[in-house]
Amino acid sequence: MADPMRIRAQAQGSGAVVRVLMSHEMETGQRKDAAGKTIPAWHITDVTASHNGKQVLAAEWGPAVAKNPFLQFNVKGAKAGDKIAVTWKDNKGDTRTDEVTVS
Amino acid sequence: MKTTRRQTLQHSAAVAGLLASSGLFPQLAHAWTNAAFDAKTVAEALKAYGGGAPTESKDVTLTAPDIAENGAVVPMGVATTLPNVKHLLVLVEKNPAPLVAKFDVSDAVDANFLTRAKMGQSSDVYAVAITRDGKALFSKKEVKVTLGGCGG
Repeated sequence: MADPMRIRAQAQGSGAVVRVLMSHEMETGQRKDAAGKTIPAWHITDVTASHNGKQVLAAEWGPAVAKNPFLQFNVKGAKAGDKIAVTWKDNKGDTRTDEVTVS
Repeated sequence: MKTTRRQTLQHSAAVAGLLASSGLFPQLAHAWTNAAFDAKTVAEALKAYGGGAPTESKDVTLTAPDIAENGAVVPMGVATTLPNVKHLLVLVEKNPAPLVAKFDVSDAVDANFLTRAKMGQSSDVYAVAITRDGKALFSKKEVKVTLGGCGG
């Protein structure tokens, strides 16, 4: 199972700023290894986020998103104590969800 | 009753179909819009999400550095103040496949997303908003890259 995501959700104004650092190789499928064989593409394809269980964000990513991807977004109406969960899925079918409380 | 080969094969196909629709065969899942991410031009990628010919707009903002020291990690932000936006896209024109990411805009989040992308070489970077009625509005900026980020 992949390393946990580092998520920070801070109440700001009328909502919360959520910053996520995911741990993932994000292999483009363009690189070749030492033997000259192409390293297959391996990257996050879908990202979703929920606020107190309700989905608020959906994104599709390609291999061009940087390794160990960073994502920042603002959830409207989120306040301290609310739960933010972020889920990613990659092209091998692996998935990971992490949750934080808005501070 | 003896089960014929035909019946066994039909049964297997039915079970495989059920499994595929249940999501146990991830390579068959269509959540990821391959066509858009395989598109070789910006226009092709936009078409895959229902966007027409893009027009420049001051209401779409792209935040990106003038010079990216490391093409493997270039911060990029897309935002828009336009109403009725379905998707916000980030594209790097000169990458092997231009589409980097697509964000769905919902009422629960600001239409404002920040991430980091790989750039193979200096290129125009696009932020595109696709509205519910199929219009594509963009903002672009040239980002120079001193060290390409696609490896190899």
